[in-house]
Amino acid sequence: MSSTKPGWKEIPIAGIPFKSALEYKTGTWRSFKPIIDDKKCVRCLLCWLYCPDDSFIIKWSEDGKRPKQVLVNYEYCKGCGICSTVCPTKAITMIPEGEEQ
Amino acid sequence: MTMEQMDILLNGDEAAAWAAKDVHVDVVAAYPITPQTIVVEKFSEFVANGIVQTEFVSVESEHSALSACVGAAAAGARAFTATAANGLQLMNEILYIASSLRQPIVMAIANRAPSGPINIHNDHTDAMNVRDAGWIMLFAENTQEVYDTIIQAYKIAEDPNVLLPVMVCYDGFLISHTAERIKVFKDPKDVAEFLGGPRKIPKIELMGKEVELSLNPENPLPLTFGPLDLYDYYFEHKRQQSEAMQHAYAVIEKVNEEYAKFSGRKYGNGRVVPYRLDDAEIAIVLMGSTAGTARYVIDELRDEGIKIGELRVRSFRPFPYMDLERYLKNVKVVGVFDRAQDQGMQGGPLFLETRAALYDLASHPKVVNFVFGLGGRDMPPELLRTTMDELIAIKEGKKPVFNRKYIGVRE
Repeated sequence: MSSTKPGWKEIPIAGIPFKSALEYKTGTWRSFKPIIDDKKCVRCLLCWLYCPDDSFIIKWSEDGKRPKQVLVNYEYCKGCGICSTVCPTKAITMIPEGEEQ
Repeated sequence: MTMEQMDILLNGDEAAAWAAKDVHVDVVAAYPITPQTIVVEKFSEFVANGIVQTEFVSVESEHSALSACVGAAAAGARAFTATAANGLQLMNEILYIASSLRQPIVMAIANRAPSGPINIHNDHTDAMNVRDAGWIMLFAENTQEVYDTIIQAYKIAEDPNVLLPVMVCYDGFLISHTAERIKVFKDPKDVAEFLGGPRKIPKIELMGKEVELSLNPENPLPLTFGPLDLYDYYFEHKRQQSEAMQHAYAVIEKVNEEYAKFSGRKYGNGRVVPYRLDDAEIAIVLMGSTAGTARYVIDELRDEGIKIGELRVRSFRPFPYMDLERYLKNVKVVGVFDRAQDQGMQGGPLFLETRAALYDLASHPKVVNFVFGLGGRDMPPELLRTTMDELIAIKEGKKPVFNRKYIGVRE
């Protein structure tokens, strides 16, 4: 493999991960992309709850009590589509990656 | 000075359970299977009688038994299990996981012929089936050695340069169910002292912090065991395992020496046990309980002036190729005894490895193979004698018309 990665003497044994999962940008795996229609979104946060990763970013109101906006973190979203399925207002559409325009 | 010991009558399975008790294992997860059953029965008796504080996990299969041991060991426990034949085959998936996660589990194997047709008696085919699973594999010859080897196995497995699981194999029924008078340590605390107390978890450096290589919630960084490991790192982790196995050669020898000081008992150099090989022209290579019968025949032949000796392989993994070279370099004929199937191979597994080990010598001895004892078929001295007569004839110039010969099968 790439010579930029460490050799067998340099990494911990037993297959222990030695980096934070934040360093693995799994968003590159995605072939379908969730797009949120902010007008339909009622901020119920079911998408955030069901996301098997941690790919929803919630913007909170200034008093921190109400979610103001729900956004997808595309660096980690793998495009599984669970959010789109559970959304009660059909605010999340899955579109083929690269066809968002 | 050796520690105080007492004589006791135990069969091989009981000796395995007794050793696990003296080692004071934290977790036992096991599923009974003939001929290993007594290990589980005896150990659960220790638990029920309050002799040990071990967490005994009753599981629904061998697959679960070893899985529970992997989890326990990853949490820092000293774990023990035992199985045989079909149970070992059901464990197969987890064998590789235990070794790759570098968990120093010790497992007793009462070797039994795998099905089918269904057979419960001894041969080594079950162990040979898992010889590439990354486990250290030690073969005991008698009940005493079962007890001693299980204690040694923890010291080998937990060595920070090794950290690999160990199988302690012994012949089903021939050892597992044969009661012998053996010596055990009077005070199990001495065994704990030999092992350096409870299991010590190695520390590793991770993201600039020192952490225990375990699922310890107190760790400054929590660890994950068993994540996905693809083409970018898997090969490096396998390379580390090969290195650990290389370290095991020296550690097995060192532990054998230390144990000799502690117990007064020593098994060759830990990897192989030579017998009357100094001036031998003929040598036999074998594993397990047949070695004792063979020594009886060798003594008879020595009385007749035949220069013959034995090399018993104790450590099948790592395979002691350097010891085979050293002890067999001057012999003319080597007979290798495989108590395992040779289906579609040039000979049994022990034969193939022995012959490969001798290939780099300037002059090779003639190496032939005997496959014997499948499914518990007996190997009495008279039958062994016929194989040795064959080796003598080959030494005297008879051209062997076989690479391997089946001994004790009806034609």
